[in-house]
Amino acid sequence: MIQVNDLHKKFGKNQVLQGLDLSIDNGGIFAVLGPNGSGKTTLIKSILGMVIPNKGDISVQGNRVKTKWKYRKEINYLPQIANFPGNLKVKELISMIMDLRQKPVDAEKLIAQFNLEPHLNKKLATLSGGTKQKVNIVLAFMFDSPLYILDEPTTGLDPNALIQLKQLLDQEKKNGKMILITSHILQFVEEVADEVIYLLEGKIYFKGSIADLRKKTGKDNFEHAIAAIASQSND
Amino acid sequence: MIKILKYSFYDLMRSRWSYVYFIFYLLLGFVLLFLNNDVSKAVITLMNVIIVLVPLIGTIFGVMYYYNSREFTELLLAQPIKRSSIFLGQYLGVAFSLTLSLVLGLGIPFVLYGLFGSNVIWDFSLLLVTGAFLTLIFTALAFNIAISNENKIKGFGYAVLLWLFLAVIYDGLFLMSLIILEDYPLDTFSLVASMLNPIDLSRTLILLKLDISALLGYTGAVFKKFFGTDFGLFVSIAILLLWTILPIFRLAYKANRKDF
Repeated sequence: MIQVNDLHKKFGKNQVLQGLDLSIDNGGIFAVLGPNGSGKTTLIKSILGMVIPNKGDISVQGNRVKTKWKYRKEINYLPQIANFPGNLKVKELISMIMDLRQKPVDAEKLIAQFNLEPHLNKKLATLSGGTKQKVNIVLAFMFDSPLYILDEPTTGLDPNALIQLKQLLDQEKKNGKMILITSHILQFVEEVADEVIYLLEGKIYFKGSIADLRKKTGKDNFEHAIAAIASQSND
Repeated sequence: MIKILKYSFYDLMRSRWSYVYFIFYLLLGFVLLFLNNDVSKAVITLMNVIIVLVPLIGTIFGVMYYYNSREFTELLLAQPIKRSSIFLGQYLGVAFSLTLSLVLGLGIPFVLYGLFGSNVIWDFSLLLVTGAFLTLIFTALAFNIAISNENKIKGFGYAVLLWLFLAVIYDGLFLMSLIILEDYPLDTFSLVASMLNPIDLSRTLILLKLDISALLGYTGAVFKKFFGTDFGLFVSIAILLLWTILPIFRLAYKANRKDF
């Protein structure tokens, strides 16, 4: 469904992606990992068409990202930092996004699941970081799309909301959705992810299941395995 | 695009500044009319205010709105919306709400004063039309500056400099060049120079419409001969349109190539 060929991106003098190839065809949860500045967000934003690559080709469901913006109808995106126009109310924001996307929605259930009812009439500027993230999650999950892209979904969530998020992910995975996640919380990744895509210096250094990763590095602990591939590459 | 326009417009209609701007023009209109008792003079005074103030407000509002709605823009970029629609929608939202404040703020006192009965209605309409053009032009220029500068302070600085240049410095340079080159025939030069700057062009258009060009001496006569005709008016409006459309095109072009 996602096909990335020879992707290059430079910000000023900083070469972030250099010849990245990626192809994902099946559903499941894919964790995009890598050290800070390895190009995770740039890769995600390139797939979304927010960052324009210097070279290379991306297609989502056979639509080339460069020319056909309508493919974004099939993507639900959760941005890394939940920043919304502050003078809108939560309710208004949700109905606005619904109006813009013109797709069937299931917002009530999600609002109840994340206990957002008491906040619906509050302005977004007055919400706490965690509550904003919950709104963010509702916005990302309320549409039924085949592809989900979640950039650090766990930021600021309390344990209860985290459990709800995991349930949501599980349920969407069972529905055959493809879910891309970036996260620095390895415990969370280990729990939810089917496959790991490890980025290093603008390329994919490792792609495979967590079991493969353990085998490759010879470490049983997931955290140590991730640390091991990072140091292997330094040798 | 219409949807983005709608939301930007609603957003601005809810903001206090739109009302401050509206009430300012409302008060200005009432004060000028009822203290002056002469519609023609009121139009001239208004012109002097509009020519300077409208570009300034357009520039500042445009830059401010762009930087303040950055997060919102990023949210929209991930939605299935064409990029250029997002930015054009926001631009038109700002430009329309400013134009509405101007037209309503000045229109209401003039209508209450009995404008339709007087024969200055055309002068007054021309004033509003140029005011609307100046709003569209300077808001577009402001958006251009903002989209090319990630740094807010720089963006604001360039925007204010642009306004200062077109509203004040340009005239100074123009006058100086007239003095330095006074030995040469300057009719065409001054005609072209005043057409290239939208602020000067608007001022000239209104002044000549008001039939006070006799005060401007020989050059005034040349100007009158050009701008007074239908052809002159047509060319002027065409140039104002160009000033509006070119920045809008650049905005759409830039928007399609920017990383967020």
